[in-house]
Amino acid sequence: MTDSPFVEVEGLHYARGETAIFRGIDMVIPRGQVTAIMGPSGTGKTTLLKLVGGQLAPDAGRVRIDGEDVHRLSRKSLFGLRRRMGMLFQSGALFSDLNVYENVAFPLRVHTDLPESMIRDLVLLKLQAVGLRGARELSPAELSGGMARRVALARAIALDPELILYDEPFVGQDPISMGVLVQLIRRLNDALGLTAVVVSHDIKETLSIADYVYVIADGQVMAHGTPESLDVDQDARVRQFVHGEPDGPVPFHYPATDFHADLMDAGGRQ
Amino acid sequence: MIERIRRLGRWGCSALESLGDAGIFLAQSMFGIPSVEGIRLWLRQVHFVGVLSLAIVLVSGLFIGMVLALQGYTILVDFGAEDALGQMVALSLLRELAPVVAALLFAGRAGSALTAEIGLMKATEQLTSMEMIGVDPLRRIVAPRLWAGFVALPLLTIGFGVVGVWGGQLVGVQWLGVFEGSYWGNMQASVDFIGDVGNGLLKSLVFALVVTWIAVYQGYALVPTSEGISRATTRTVVYASLAVLGLDFLLTAVMFGGLS
Repeated sequence: MTDSPFVEVEGLHYARGETAIFRGIDMVIPRGQVTAIMGPSGTGKTTLLKLVGGQLAPDAGRVRIDGEDVHRLSRKSLFGLRRRMGMLFQSGALFSDLNVYENVAFPLRVHTDLPESMIRDLVLLKLQAVGLRGARELSPAELSGGMARRVALARAIALDPELILYDEPFVGQDPISMGVLVQLIRRLNDALGLTAVVVSHDIKETLSIADYVYVIADGQVMAHGTPESLDVDQDARVRQFVHGEPDGPVPFHYPATDFHADLMDAGGRQ
Repeated sequence: MIERIRRLGRWGCSALESLGDAGIFLAQSMFGIPSVEGIRLWLRQVHFVGVLSLAIVLVSGLFIGMVLALQGYTILVDFGAEDALGQMVALSLLRELAPVVAALLFAGRAGSALTAEIGLMKATEQLTSMEMIGVDPLRRIVAPRLWAGFVALPLLTIGFGVVGVWGGQLVGVQWLGVFEGSYWGNMQASVDFIGDVGNGLLKSLVFALVVTWIAVYQGYALVPTSEGISRATTRTVVYASLAVLGLDFLLTAVMFGGLS
């Protein structure tokens, strides 16, 4: 059982209104490894995490976590399953009416009956791990973006989850915070043996910590493999994305009419 | 023409759909076994929506009572019936003005705040992150606010009525010189506890349910952008006020209009 994959995504289809976001995604996330999901902006990477977390329901296909079909669970069982998962949001999503300490203590307070002294120890341990033990009295409004994300990380690991989902952990971080986060993600994985899914389009950082990578584009898995194998992938789209080439099969421009004709159009329309 | 009918049909369907959603939302959040933590959260919300609305409700009650006495006196005195002032002030307040005006003020003061607060929590992904921690936001965020509204508005209505009657007395008795004994005596003789006070409170309970329900649902279901929050806040005040006034007519017709 321990060798079975932790998350399995099979034939996932999802559309938002008329726009198809996913057209048959298959994915296997192995236990105890860092798996990265990459792709250009707007390919629905965050949507994929929401489908895995059961916040959205797919139009077809299924997501299984540790053998359980996420979208067939009752509301109660789904909340039970989520206690075994942690998620780091792009914005941090800290509770604005609680200070840093209380934010990290929140999952412990609602899901355990631990005495206050033990909660304190656990919270301080988690805050120490992200280097913010000294900031425990601050309110979320007083934190910088990088600090907020580290507090959110401490909160996400408060209950020692088996699976942790990172939604764009590196976006908008200064180089120091970025380095700290990269190290933290890898270290947490090595030390606690948890399964991690990192959704990101920061290629260098993500490839440096991932054990396995999926690249999605146009609603499908475009390529998957180890970071090394992707680096030498010959597929033009993969190469364009991994090496950050501005032009290639993935167009820079949003679909539009001919530029010259558009400029010459004197009809006064927008 | 066909397009217009189609649009009307679409609008009707989506209105019905959101009414259904709001109904499920209410049922899911209202019923659950209260915990010690739940009671603590509820008390905090009673403070936010109730205690903090107290000043505006009481001051409005005072002025409305005073205006009622002033207007009532100028009419009654022509018929030599100024002794009935207490009766007039009390019946208008208890049957109509206290429940309705308190509910309208509550929608503006507490309802809009509830919508904006829950909406901002949604926009900053706090509700989603709570879900991912395994805590149901309907239980943790919505339920205490709903129950706080149900309890706070009837209490505010009582406060409004009491202060209003006292304000009427200030103007009628202290200023205009109506005999104090007839002000209070006529009031006591004509106000029926069940029929007037009870029905007024029943109205207030219905308004509390509707206003709080609209406020929290608008917050929970809004589009999480700044424009979405501003629209939802406006919608809360508009829908809640219209619902209160419309329901007031229906309830008055049943309670006092001889329809029952």
